[in-house]
Amino acid sequence: MKMMNMRRAYGDTLLALGGTDPRIVALEADLGKSTMSMFFGDKYPERYFQLGIAEANMMSVAAGLALTGHTAFVSTFAVFATGRAYDQIRSSVAIPHLNVKICGSSAGLSDFGDGKTHQSVDDIALMRVLPGMTVFSPVDAVETACMVREMANIKGPCYLRLNRNDVPVLTGEEEPFTPGKVRLMRDGKDAVVFATGYMVYLALQAADILEQEGLSLRVVNVHTIKPLDDAGVRTYARGMKGAVTVEEASIIGGLGSAICESLLSGPADSRVPVKRLGMQDVFGTSAADYHELLAAYHLTPEDIAKGVREAVKL
Amino acid sequence: MSMTEKELRALKLAAARVRRNILLMVPPGKVGHLGGSSSAADITAALYFHHMKVYPDPKDPRRDRCVFSKGHAVLAQYAALGELGYFDKAEFARVKTLKGMLQGHPDMDFTPGIEAVTGSLGQGLSISLGMALGLKLDGSDSRVYCVLGDGELAEGQVWEAVMAAGSYKPDNLVAIIDQNGLQATDSCEAILPNPDQTIKWAAFGWHTIEINGHDLEAIVAALEEARATRGKPTLIVANTVKGKGFPFAEGKVAFHNAALNQEQFDLGLAAVEKMMQEAAQ
Repeated sequence: MKMMNMRRAYGDTLLALGGTDPRIVALEADLGKSTMSMFFGDKYPERYFQLGIAEANMMSVAAGLALTGHTAFVSTFAVFATGRAYDQIRSSVAIPHLNVKICGSSAGLSDFGDGKTHQSVDDIALMRVLPGMTVFSPVDAVETACMVREMANIKGPCYLRLNRNDVPVLTGEEEPFTPGKVRLMRDGKDAVVFATGYMVYLALQAADILEQEGLSLRVVNVHTIKPLDDAGVRTYARGMKGAVTVEEASIIGGLGSAICESLLSGPADSRVPVKRLGMQDVFGTSAADYHELLAAYHLTPEDIAKGVREAVKL
Repeated sequence: MSMTEKELRALKLAAARVRRNILLMVPPGKVGHLGGSSSAADITAALYFHHMKVYPDPKDPRRDRCVFSKGHAVLAQYAALGELGYFDKAEFARVKTLKGMLQGHPDMDFTPGIEAVTGSLGQGLSISLGMALGLKLDGSDSRVYCVLGDGELAEGQVWEAVMAAGSYKPDNLVAIIDQNGLQATDSCEAILPNPDQTIKWAAFGWHTIEINGHDLEAIVAALEEARATRGKPTLIVANTVKGKGFPFAEGKVAFHNAALNQEQFDLGLAAVEKMMQEAAQ
């Protein structure tokens, strides 16, 4: 399976956008080598603002650049972008609905070694609650590139959540990502998994496991967490015996919450039982390996399969 | 380039009108930030009625920008924007109401002439820095003026912005500290001593000037010195009196955010009318 890095896709696409849109500027807080915004900075130094380890200032400076008609891409680790600079996003950016595009890299548990201070388990919840904020969580590098291009066109603030590690390419350029619409990755008739990011890949493996047992699993990629595709979510849940949500983030306020809210406020025939997999009201920890860490929080194909078995009995 | 006598008289009148309009936004019984708005009244008047490039269209791209980082003092800015005709002065009476255009803190989507959203303290200088960098990128000669409170300087983000501006050196950026010495509940000195602003900012690469923030000629001269300064941003420390112009409120913490009684309002009105008469002579 072809593996690619979302950060690389972000850096490459931002660089390409810089060539076609002179209004694009990029801001960085001394993590440009990791977020890969440095590609843009090397080519367009006059439009690249290195603001040091001072994320709060960076976010409000981005607002000021947007107020003079620029589209500002701000990158840093997800945990700092959304946590350290939360009030700056809220007040300087989100209230006036400015063209600031926030790229949170090393999101979720993907920065496995650095531990809980560097692992963003709350970023989805924090960004989702802000009025007018678009929240993207790509499944792979191809979707990442599509989203970065889309973000440049969206009017208003966006948050993009990126995995640190190389992940399998599951989508193709020929099947374009549609913002605001969930993407069916595998159809099934017994139960449905709503997953986001790399968790979609694990859910597809869970579908293989369950198929051996005669349980047919539908896997849906929720790449746009906000605005959530309520119609798509309800359609894919309708007639299922149960649903499972999977995310590398807190189930409180995250994708799990979003799916439950959508299903419970929809028509009766889509109100299926939901099992939420993800961070169960805990912070992360350090691990030697990404998959070891995911396993520690019950985020493996077998865990997802187990969740599905439980969900259909709820 | 100093002001002519005529210009100075016109500016004094404008400053008196700013104070009158501030008072109109805190009628008896209505809570408002009189103290910090009136300490910034002369600075505001000098910016909008003498120094800045201002046009009938509040969105004119050639304009200079003014951002009140001390957003609670926005009554001073509303007072000026109303005088400029950006909205009906009847809005003064509707400040902080559902049907009004004037929010409790600056909101660009509600009020013509407001340039950003501020009020959560500490963010305005960073926003202003972004604007200054953006204007430079576009080859614009527009300038950005950011008004900060001295209590606000406790916010760490201000110092991030001071450092970043020292690095990028935008000479189209001017920070003005309305140094009235008082904050919401006590003196700045008592709450968190933070002395020697000019020394600190200069160490980060800013050009610095310290003036009496109620001396209109000094304010104008400082703004002109800032405009003539190349290759670095400028800080103007304006020493002011909280509640300036309203005798019952001058130097009093209690009028940071308070309601006046009828007697205080009448005294205030008499004071600003006297100011306007003196300026008109």
